Amino acid sequence: MKRILILGGGTAGTVMANRLARVYRGDIAARRIAITVVDHDDQHVYQPGLLFVPFGIYQPEEIVRPRSGQLAEGVTYVSAAIDRVNVDRDAVLLVDGRALPYDVLIIATGVRIAPEETEGLTGEGWRSKIFDFYTLEGAAALHRAFEAFTGGRVVINPVDMPIKCPVAPLEFAFLADWYFTQRGLRDRVTLTYVTPLDAAFTKPMAAKTLGHLLEDKGIELVTEFATGRVDGALGKLVSWDDREVDFDLLVTIPLHSGEDFVSRSEGLGDDLRFVITDPRTLQAQRRANIFALGDATNLPASKAGSVAHFQAEVLTENIRQFLNGESLEPGFDGHSNCFVETGFKKALLIDFNYEVEPLPGKFPLPVVGPMALLKESRLNHAGKMFFRWIYWNVLLPGHDIPGIRPQMTMRGKQPAATDAEAAAA
Amino acid sequence: MPTLTMLNATLDVDAEGFLQKPEQWNEEIAAEIARANGIPALTEGHWKVIRFMRNRFLQAGSAPSVRTLGKESGVDTKELYRLFPNGPAKLAAKIGGIPKPRGCI
Repeated sequence: MKRILILGGGTAGTVMANRLARVYRGDIAARRIAITVVDHDDQHVYQPGLLFVPFGIYQPEEIVRPRSGQLAEGVTYVSAAIDRVNVDRDAVLLVDGRALPYDVLIIATGVRIAPEETEGLTGEGWRSKIFDFYTLEGAAALHRAFEAFTGGRVVINPVDMPIKCPVAPLEFAFLADWYFTQRGLRDRVTLTYVTPLDAAFTKPMAAKTLGHLLEDKGIELVTEFATGRVDGALGKLVSWDDREVDFDLLVTIPLHSGEDFVSRSEGLGDDLRFVITDPRTLQAQRRANIFALGDATNLPASKAGSVAHFQAEVLTENIRQFLNGESLEPGFDGHSNCFVETGFKKALLIDFNYEVEPLPGKFPLPVVGPMALLKESRLNHAGKMFFRWIYWNVLLPGHDIPGIRPQMTMRGKQPAATDAEAAAA
Repeated sequence: MPTLTMLNATLDVDAEGFLQKPEQWNEEIAAEIARANGIPALTEGHWKVIRFMRNRFLQAGSAPSVRTLGKESGVDTKELYRLFPNGPAKLAAKIGGIPKPRGCI
């Protein structure tokens, strides 16, 4: 019997388990293949929903389901914390002392926020005037703080890159503008977006077509700000080059890190505990029978659910090839597809990969769309809200989404302007 | 794609002068880009950062952030800002001949 062990029961691990369970349905029944998923808790969070919790659009309990309930029949779920991977013995050691041997290991443990890595961030003011919205607790606490907020300086600060859902901080700023407008407080609130990058929109076409959004919404922008420390008592962000930004309420997107077991597993990950992974085949550099997908990898693709979904389709095929002793397909192209909320019931849609930046056009079909790329529309917003249903009912069970392939296509996209044109804009 | 001619080499660059093909880079070009960006001479400290930056980019496909540079390059963060004023991540990438650090949009 071949044992496929999947670490992590989030988006990537669940889609992967369910796709493999379908491919190997007969083999599982005949006990030729066993699929096991390990996670440390039984809470599967619909993470795109976290963005809406602070604004009261979703309640926390609406975006959580049991992990085990999302797995197909025939997949075994183990609830346990992971100590490390013993690469030489093909086994995963659990904190409780058990060992899980594997023939194929798939790492899908995602990322966690690491606020403790930034001086002062979890000190005075943490969760009273300093909040994250990347955890259920943080998003719910921020909702309570927003409800009690009567005015002042709100600062939104991604501390470092990479982060998951890289557009979420911008979406948060746009939604905050909408939220405080609805509540009649907008003139008493300043919104400031503080980024380590040199602009809010850093890709040429996005900068050209969306660069005006922050100014239109009256959101101040501070760029190239590498946060060195946070002083919650005084309400200050301080950069490594000693610039300061004052806040009454800080929405931080803390440094992201992979899971701790990665650093305890020699040679598996980089300094931020991301698994060193081949960008095309998704095989880990460390050993041929280890693979990784989703947010847990060190790949320069976006850390986003759509990426995990596209990777799962490619990786299912590669696991099959690997178990058959065939060579792997370099099938993953960095494809990512995201709705971006811009507030007032509108959203953008972006579709891109390792080489091609987000471009304007129509999606998924040329001309008729119906979705507009890199352009605000109400239909895109409707798509974003409907996506929650797709997530639980189509994406997690491991079905293909009609009309959308794992590899990006140029169909419907308008080619990029030259850099010179973009610079002139 | 715009090009830049430097030391008799034609380099593919973006609108801000970041090299788009790291293989077109060499140490003389690095020194020339540094001079054009207000660093008259590259010291051993500069080189430590530049080499770390290039290796990381060539290995992982993305440039390291200021924090990673401060922890891993062997040069601490305060020193980074002294060596590369107004933003080490961006300036070291430019001198190191790799694309500008960018988000996904």
